[in-house]
Amino acid sequence: MSVQVAMPKSWRVDTKPHKFCPGCGHGLVLKAMGEAIDELGIQGKVVYGCDIGCSLLSWDLFNVDTIQTHHGRTTPVITGVKRANPQVIGIAYMGDGGGYAIGSQHLVNAAARNERITVILVNNTQYGMTGGQMAPTTMPGQKTETSPYGRDPEKTGYPTQGPEMVAAITREGAYVARATVAKPKQMKDFIKKALENQISGGGFSFVEVLSTCPTNWRTNAEDTWNFVEKEMPKYFKVGEIKVPETLHKEGK
Amino acid sequence: MAKAVKIVLAGEGGQGVQSVAEIIAEAANEEGREALYIPNFGVEQRGGVSVAFLQIGDQAVGSPKFNTADIVIALSERAVRRTSQYVGPDTVFVYDSGLQGIEDDIPKNARKVLAIPALQVASDELTPRVFNIIIMGAVVKATDVVTEDRAKDAIEKKLGYKFEKNPKLRDLNYKAIDRGAELVAALL
Amino acid sequence: MPEKPIKGEKRYFMTGNEVVAYAAVMANAEIMYGYPITPQNEIMHYWTRMAPKYGKEFLQTEDELSAGFTTVGGVLAGRRAFTATAGPGNTLMQEPISMAEAMRLPIVVVVQQRGGPSTATVIYSQQEVTLTTLGGNGEGFRVVYSTANHQELFDYTIKAFNTAWKYRFPTFVLGDGYQAKMRESLTMYDPEERGLKMVPTEAYVGKPGVPGIDRPPGQYRNTYNVEEEIHEVVQQYTKEFNAIAPEVAEYESFGTEDADLVIVSHGVVYRAVKEAVSELREAGMKVGYFRPITLRPLAEKELKEMAGRAKALLMAESSVGQMTRLVKEVIYGATADIHTLYKPGMGISAEDVAARVRSIL
Repeated sequence: MSVQVAMPKSWRVDTKPHKFCPGCGHGLVLKAMGEAIDELGIQGKVVYGCDIGCSLLSWDLFNVDTIQTHHGRTTPVITGVKRANPQVIGIAYMGDGGGYAIGSQHLVNAAARNERITVILVNNTQYGMTGGQMAPTTMPGQKTETSPYGRDPEKTGYPTQGPEMVAAITREGAYVARATVAKPKQMKDFIKKALENQISGGGFSFVEVLSTCPTNWRTNAEDTWNFVEKEMPKYFKVGEIKVPETLHKEGK
Repeated sequence: MAKAVKIVLAGEGGQGVQSVAEIIAEAANEEGREALYIPNFGVEQRGGVSVAFLQIGDQAVGSPKFNTADIVIALSERAVRRTSQYVGPDTVFVYDSGLQGIEDDIPKNARKVLAIPALQVASDELTPRVFNIIIMGAVVKATDVVTEDRAKDAIEKKLGYKFEKNPKLRDLNYKAIDRGAELVAALL
Repeated sequence: MPEKPIKGEKRYFMTGNEVVAYAAVMANAEIMYGYPITPQNEIMHYWTRMAPKYGKEFLQTEDELSAGFTTVGGVLAGRRAFTATAGPGNTLMQEPISMAEAMRLPIVVVVQQRGGPSTATVIYSQQEVTLTTLGGNGEGFRVVYSTANHQELFDYTIKAFNTAWKYRFPTFVLGDGYQAKMRESLTMYDPEERGLKMVPTEAYVGKPGVPGIDRPPGQYRNTYNVEEEIHEVVQQYTKEFNAIAPEVAEYESFGTEDADLVIVSHGVVYRAVKEAVSELREAGMKVGYFRPITLRPLAEKELKEMAGRAKALLMAESSVGQMTRLVKEVIYGATADIHTLYKPGMGISAEDVAARVRSIL
């Protein structure tokens, strides 16, 4: 599968090509985000925060104000910015380790407080930057550097159901969805709604995106797409979970 | 440099030692004197002996806590034991004469030991609720850190809103100050 | 909406935590982020009571990591933002502070020291000196003011915001549980009525205009790809910090010229030392004191001169030598004998200091 279209206007041309590995899903997610920013005309209002992990490679990817933070701490940094200047559109971009492990208390509490920020979390089932260790989202039986015989749910539990958790702890006004890089149009739609919800003053907006990491999965193109399209949805149901009344639900 | 008067007030939670210390400190401050008040706090304050450290002088006060007090007032059996560490050869040690089983714990090294029947006077003549105000009167008389009138002003400031509703309370509190002062004056 | 709670100069009698909250309001601080921990809680209590009256904001976070990182966010948005913590909270706070060091963010942190290690006591200590001056991974730079009384808590809380925004180093007011909880008098004032101008703040992100069109994007990172990059950054910060250190460093000293013994102390212990020195001098003993107000940077030149002259030094602190370690590094080579009065986790009284001095001289 090859997606070769023009760059979003909100991308910084002089820092391209971007720094992600070939076949990495981050580029696709950030392209969708860039297009959503373009379409909503908010390039001058966005404050974008990226976590540690592969997401940090996006620190100069956009032509928007950007803060590269610490591992797991992007949610509180963007919360701090938004609380201090409610005029900005705050986006916190992170991986599954950053959001569901080291930064889980921040995700939970920002969601529970209904912070008016948008969190985009990329789920590629392992820690990419550090070399492919087991993550909260690693699939049962999946081999990683720290689960070399496959993840044993008896010992290490089942994959974290992030959006389901966020949906359970947020109130009216929150937007929660799970997208996949395998469905780029839907992914952009969800990200855009998560931004629209913040623009209109709604509540916490959260999108998990199922993504690819052929480098650490050690997969070829076919197996990579098979994993994200066929395997991951067995545990991670793609779709919208919580949609405020102000936003129309997909397919309706 | 005239040294600050150092006072330790100790009792059970609810006996009001902290509010007495705070009112005296504020009264001294109102008079333009330098006061420093620090409570003991922390885990000990829950279910332990409540201790107030108070210093009043004419220059900025030094360290907030001190080793030896000029006057120690202990209002419970446990407070007597807890505060003996602050007693030295120049210390006046005051305790309530109604306390039981503390004979062996009364400090032997104090300059003077005064037993005052504050609890008894409170329940017989006034009301147990003004027990701490009697103590305040005793402290003020024994230390001269503020005048009795200024102590009354400070109480007015603190409890004036209650006195408005029930003027009898004012008399009761003022009497408590006077009685506390008398109890100590008789022994000094 | 009234602009400020204090007009003119007025004497007040209150707790140190209350003083800090007032000072922050008077310094035009705009937002506080915080997490409950004793003995700093009342800073949040008083701030939240005043906040709606003076157009201020507050966010109670889920922990001190978040309190620190939201403060970082507040500063990035261009607001005079601060937080307060103590003990185990200070440990967690070091992570966001190291980000502020790496990115030169002017956050202000008030630390009210409590006993350690671990949960220990909520009461008092001077055991957070090492953590507050040198905490964080790698080598970051920060300014630490150690206050001794309520007047200083007020003055230096205001000053901390100016130091932070002028030099863009994270800045600390290091108090303790005694200062937090005790009541004493001080004079509060509007700094601007005294001609003390607040250093203007500036947004890092969310500025007017579209990035890439009207202006370059503000892009801030703390991650570097190669050794040479971080080497250059730390070298540059070191150079800048060393350059400002002499004008930032503050100290007080007395009687060090002719003293047989100079007592070095900081914070609330300095009160006991000052009192003891005054008594000992009256008794005819040649004793002096040196009190660093900034624990980082230290007044290096003055400390060196003093230690080079003194016959003996007495280090007095409520820890097992955290200030002493900092001072020794600066005075390396001095030949004065070094005596100590260490009371980890406990207050030091004037009587303690005088008795120790008499045991030496």
